Amino acid sequence: MGPKTGKNLQPDMIQAKGLTHYYGPYPAIQDVSFGVRKGEILGFLGPNGAGKTTTMRIITGFVPPTHGSVTLDGYDVVEQSLEARRRVGYLPETVPLYTDMSVTNYLKYMGTLRGMSPKAIKTRIGDVVDVCRLGDYSKTQIGKLSKGFRQRVGIAQAIIHEPQVLVLDEPTIGIDPIQVVETRRLIQELGRDQTVVLSSHILPEVSMICDRVLIINEGRIVAEDTPKNLAEGLQGVDRLEVEVGGPVAQVLPILKGIAGVNDVAHVNNNGRHTYTIQAEAGKDLRNEISRAVISNGWSLQGLQLVGMSLEEIFLRLTTHEEL
Amino acid sequence: MRTAQAVAWKEIQIYFSSPTAYIVGLIFLALTGFFFTQDLGDPFPEATLAPFFYGATIVFILLAPALTMRLLAEESKLGTIELLLTSPVRDWEVIVGKYVASLVFFLVLVALSFFYAILLFVYASPDPGPIFAGYLGLVLYGSAALAVGLLTSTMTNNQIVSAVVAMGILLALFFADRAFGSIGGLAGEIIGEMGLRGHFDDFERGVIDTKNIVYFVSVVAFFLFLSIRTLESRRWR
Repeated sequence: MGPKTGKNLQPDMIQAKGLTHYYGPYPAIQDVSFGVRKGEILGFLGPNGAGKTTTMRIITGFVPPTHGSVTLDGYDVVEQSLEARRRVGYLPETVPLYTDMSVTNYLKYMGTLRGMSPKAIKTRIGDVVDVCRLGDYSKTQIGKLSKGFRQRVGIAQAIIHEPQVLVLDEPTIGIDPIQVVETRRLIQELGRDQTVVLSSHILPEVSMICDRVLIINEGRIVAEDTPKNLAEGLQGVDRLEVEVGGPVAQVLPILKGIAGVNDVAHVNNNGRHTYTIQAEAGKDLRNEISRAVISNGWSLQGLQLVGMSLEEIFLRLTTHEEL
Repeated sequence: MRTAQAVAWKEIQIYFSSPTAYIVGLIFLALTGFFFTQDLGDPFPEATLAPFFYGATIVFILLAPALTMRLLAEESKLGTIELLLTSPVRDWEVIVGKYVASLVFFLVLVALSFFYAILLFVYASPDPGPIFAGYLGLVLYGSAALAVGLLTSTMTNNQIVSAVVAMGILLALFFADRAFGSIGGLAGEIIGEMGLRGHFDDFERGVIDTKNIVYFVSVVAFFLFLSIRTLESRRWR
């Protein structure tokens, strides 16, 4: 399952500009700006404490930004809070629910708070219960449900009023693997019609579900791209490793001379000469390199693409290491 | 408005299905019953609810905070407030909804105490004036106490803290009219006029004075206003 392409993406549904939020003297996020188009699934990726939850709370209007602004469908979440809030469905990380209520009563209550008419709620509850696979438990008291089912109730309340924007904070945390798969599928289905913003600290999850990824660390956005591009290399560079049996002084300039090669680094490993080649983005230079090596009469002992996984990028990004 | 109703209705359901509210009800009736029967043992008992009203005003200082402490403190504690405040619900709708729910439960408690009045009317011929005025005063007094409790519940996520602070405020207001004597002067007069008890006395005697009604209504409005502001302030912090 790759990122979705070919979707008809429209102008920005969410527009965040220069968001900064301080808890006391400590900045939780600093100068966070991004846009999310209609029908896009945007993933916030970052370690715990990176500022994901704070960002989501600002988008939903639960906390105001110290500086900066967010608009939802053109409505400012602080200035036109009520209009903005009408358009949001929100699942906080802790999935706060009224444990004394039954699933149906809870959904009715949340629907009413979101301004739905009793009639609309009545018809919609059936759909939501189906979509979230809560069928057999709709009369059960929420306090008696397992974590996974509570998560589903949490998603159900977020989508009951068919919001244009869905904000999901760590939607798959703490539930069992089968439910994780189901939840991801559900989010992807929802993402067809709605704008979804979700946060996660699990890389494969984000690259699986999201159209675009924002990597956030220590309150700042450190990278932003499609999962595919991020995997292709952070600065748009592909790397190859070649092992060549031949004089280094001659091999190096030849490799550097190949069209599409940006840089070559040489490492001598006990007489084995490995060259790391930085190629231009998206170019597969394996044919050119092997031809160059062989036509010069050297031996080609190894050649491989070193595509960077998102995981590696993530690790590098969040540990301050340069590429 | 419909959302305020929804909030109120949900809280009313919780009141009538939770043990806390029934315990509060039990204690209210037991203690006021004690005050009611206290004077009946006299050789020449008076057919009056005055002892009941006196007892009720004291008992309610302890019980009103117990009824209101849950209302917002629990939402903060459980985090459900995050969904409540990110729903398109105005802050006043949340506060008014919660307040109305506590008021409804309180009115049911008061209605149960009509039993004492019925006993008096069956076995004696009491003066209906003070009884009617007294009940009006009790409802106003209780409304004010609940508003105080709601404010403290809005300020904390700890129900115990909410209840204790509300009791403190209510006790201070209850005894404020003592400031007339002890502090004296203009300051004493101002503080004394703020007293809950002083404004209740007239009702107990059967006097319905607009001044006292305005006082209780103002207390309710003031504390509800502060509650709304406190809830709103979450959005600034």
